[in-house]
Amino acid sequence: MNAPAYNFAYLDEQTKRMIRRAILKAIAIPGYQVPFASREMPMPYGWGTGGVQVTAAILGPTDVLKVIDQGSDDTTNAISIRKFFAKTAGVATTTATDDATVIQTRHRIPETALNESQVLVYQVPIPEPLRFLEPRETETRRMHALAEYGLMHVKLYEDIARFGHIATAYAYPVKVNARYVMDPSPTPKFDNPKMDNCPAPQLFGAGREKRIYAIPPYTKVVSLDFEDHPFEPYRFNAPCALCGAEDSYLDEIVTDDKGSRMFVCSDTDYCEGRQAAGHHGSLSAAPYKEKAHG
Amino acid sequence: MYVAVKGGERAIENAHRLLAHRRRGDQSVPEVTLDQISEQLGLAVDRVMSEGSLYDRELASLAIKQARGDLIEAIFLVRAFRATMPRFGASEPVDTGAMRVQRRVSSTFKDIPGGQILGPTFDYTHRLLDPSLARGFVPEAPATTEASTALTPRVTDILGRDGLIESSPQAEDGAGVGDLTREPLNFPADRDLRLQNLARGDEGFLLAMGYSTQRGYGRNHPFAGEIRFGEVEVEFVAEDAGFAVPLGSIELTECQMVNQFKGSATEAPCFTRGYGLAFGQSERKTMSMALVDRALRARELGEEVRAPAQDEEFVMSHSDNVQATGFVEHLKLPHYVDFQSELGLLRKLRQEFADAQAPDAMKEAAE
Amino acid sequence: MTTIAELPPGFADKVLSAQSTFRSVMDAMARPGSVQRIVPGAGTPDTMMRGTAAIALTLFDHDTPLWLDSRMAESPDLVKWLKFHTGAPVMQDSSIASFALIGDGAALPPLERFALGTSEYPDRSTTVILQVESLEAGRPFELRGPGIDGATTLQASIKPFDLFERLHLNEALFPRGIDVVLVADDAVVAIPRTTRVVSKGS
Repeated sequence: MNAPAYNFAYLDEQTKRMIRRAILKAIAIPGYQVPFASREMPMPYGWGTGGVQVTAAILGPTDVLKVIDQGSDDTTNAISIRKFFAKTAGVATTTATDDATVIQTRHRIPETALNESQVLVYQVPIPEPLRFLEPRETETRRMHALAEYGLMHVKLYEDIARFGHIATAYAYPVKVNARYVMDPSPTPKFDNPKMDNCPAPQLFGAGREKRIYAIPPYTKVVSLDFEDHPFEPYRFNAPCALCGAEDSYLDEIVTDDKGSRMFVCSDTDYCEGRQAAGHHGSLSAAPYKEKAHG
Repeated sequence: MYVAVKGGERAIENAHRLLAHRRRGDQSVPEVTLDQISEQLGLAVDRVMSEGSLYDRELASLAIKQARGDLIEAIFLVRAFRATMPRFGASEPVDTGAMRVQRRVSSTFKDIPGGQILGPTFDYTHRLLDPSLARGFVPEAPATTEASTALTPRVTDILGRDGLIESSPQAEDGAGVGDLTREPLNFPADRDLRLQNLARGDEGFLLAMGYSTQRGYGRNHPFAGEIRFGEVEVEFVAEDAGFAVPLGSIELTECQMVNQFKGSATEAPCFTRGYGLAFGQSERKTMSMALVDRALRARELGEEVRAPAQDEEFVMSHSDNVQATGFVEHLKLPHYVDFQSELGLLRKLRQEFADAQAPDAMKEAAE
Repeated sequence: MTTIAELPPGFADKVLSAQSTFRSVMDAMARPGSVQRIVPGAGTPDTMMRGTAAIALTLFDHDTPLWLDSRMAESPDLVKWLKFHTGAPVMQDSSIASFALIGDGAALPPLERFALGTSEYPDRSTTVILQVESLEAGRPFELRGPGIDGATTLQASIKPFDLFERLHLNEALFPRGIDVVLVADDAVVAIPRTTRVVSKGS
């Protein structure tokens, strides 16, 4: 039998070269989706195969990797991906945003401001911001080519007509460097402002849809809106029940079957850091800390 | 007191242990071997090889065992392994006309050179559950006859000799063979990539698409010109050697559909083709594939594209069961941060709705 | 003529050298004008600089058609080295090249002769790798654009002298355009198509 033997960071070198070339073009053309020959990864499509391929192509032995899903290092898929790289690349991993050089994320941008020595890698399910308005790739590609984004504005405007607001709460479209309309991945729109003028490069990988795109550091990223209906980030108006933070995005936790709710930071590292620094919320308790991270 | 949920790492390990335990099942029952899977569940192995794009019975059997018989999961395992293999190049085109045929039927002619050969088929079995199989069963030795030296030319070649069917489109000299596992797919796609996509495509999806053409969604008047199953030689031209080196033989099923004729003021009318090919014995797959291949040639043949099966972007983007499974099943991953954002918006809209209703209610109460 | 055995070696550690070179080039592309260092891990054929050789080994393969200027192409050993270590096909037609290697900047062909990409696929463009005299000393250039926090100054000694004037075509063509990687020994600076340049005099 052909016994499998795998390369550093799993991908073979030819694949890494192909992905690296795509990343360079993505950085050179901010917000443009570069097609790449996404490989079949040993994890399901839709579960981060794009992000994993980007991370595998950039990761080196001195990197320190953090993986989050929904803001948390301890969700099962984040653990699974972190273990994958610890095993295939032998890299150090961390849960501390400050200590990480490469952060792979699904659905959140860390609360802690990123710095120039870091790279943020997003897992993207549907990279095409126009896809739900026009399912055909041939059409959406033409729209991007002509910067013809009227359809998107019509959609947002119809929301306003129907609901009085732009009814997009996550994956809220942005315009990058005043040219390409881009899908930020299904992050809550709370995170959109963090993308603007960010010191760290932001790389986006969509494995199933075979696209890579990027925002270079210090690049203008604007959430689409209208003058009379400006973009508004959403945050539940409460302090975190554990650390008291009033500036972080909150998860809603259902605590019983009588309608009780509590709200805690979705970014677990941020929340734990604040608690360690002595901040408290109304329901503080030391969370059980898992011993080893793969 | 609230404690944040942790311990995912242990949960994953435990889930894997439990899965392994369930896979083995009752340990008083003998463990299934790869040979047993390969020999006795051969059609499952064929499907996994075809849609996994890797001709290796042993690995496919292993994948089926590991996947607890979930064939899409097994296909996924084979694909992920295949993705790490170096690619040396493309083999020479196989000559299915020279196939050592085990089964071969044509619905277009009563008799054909080389004859109709039923071979191992379910076709005329009565679908009655057979209790003897449950008890353990020693089959009769297969009937034999003297090996025939007669050639079995392809029916489409016989039609082609008289110009009654279009010739198979030939690739340009020196044009490489596309490989959608190595290059990103762009539309419109050439036929080599379309056929590769269909060959890897989900049998159930292709079956439904092919069926839809028969029911009028892109009808293309098919006749099963020929379905053949047997062994063919695979050859590879190594650049250094400068000649074709035989790599061995593989089992294939080929289906050639003879379809609706075309013609114009400048071209004599002739039948058109739809083509299906798969590893092993995979008749349902190759027949469906041939129907869909023909439907996808609509643009090339100047037919109006109206039905889903004719729409290459639709078909090719949704035919892959590994992609489809991943994305459908990813919905079970946590989505609570985006859901929370949606909840916030919905609550706000409901509040505004209630506020807008409130003055009316007060008015009514005052009246 | 050199035999293959006598050619300068490729990366001693293919995997890790390619990774570290790529990160330098990625950082360069992400931060236009910043000088990134490449840790040399390979031999260099003839007139090829260490940085250029490392980039070639990191990014070139069968799938990347190359165009070589006459300074590069005139060295049989250099061509043989590229062919042996990367397998990249060398093209006569610069308009279909993924990468162009320029050894003699003074003779840089008009940029329009390279692939500029299409409006639908602006990524299908040539990345021009240009060997220059210095990326530390020389004329100052003020750069602005994505990847740059406000403005940055690159001091460099570059041929052709009017490179940045020529790169104005990127402004008109965007999102089509040419991305340039400047190499001086082990130093690398990238000027992607989004970077706008103001010469600050000589």
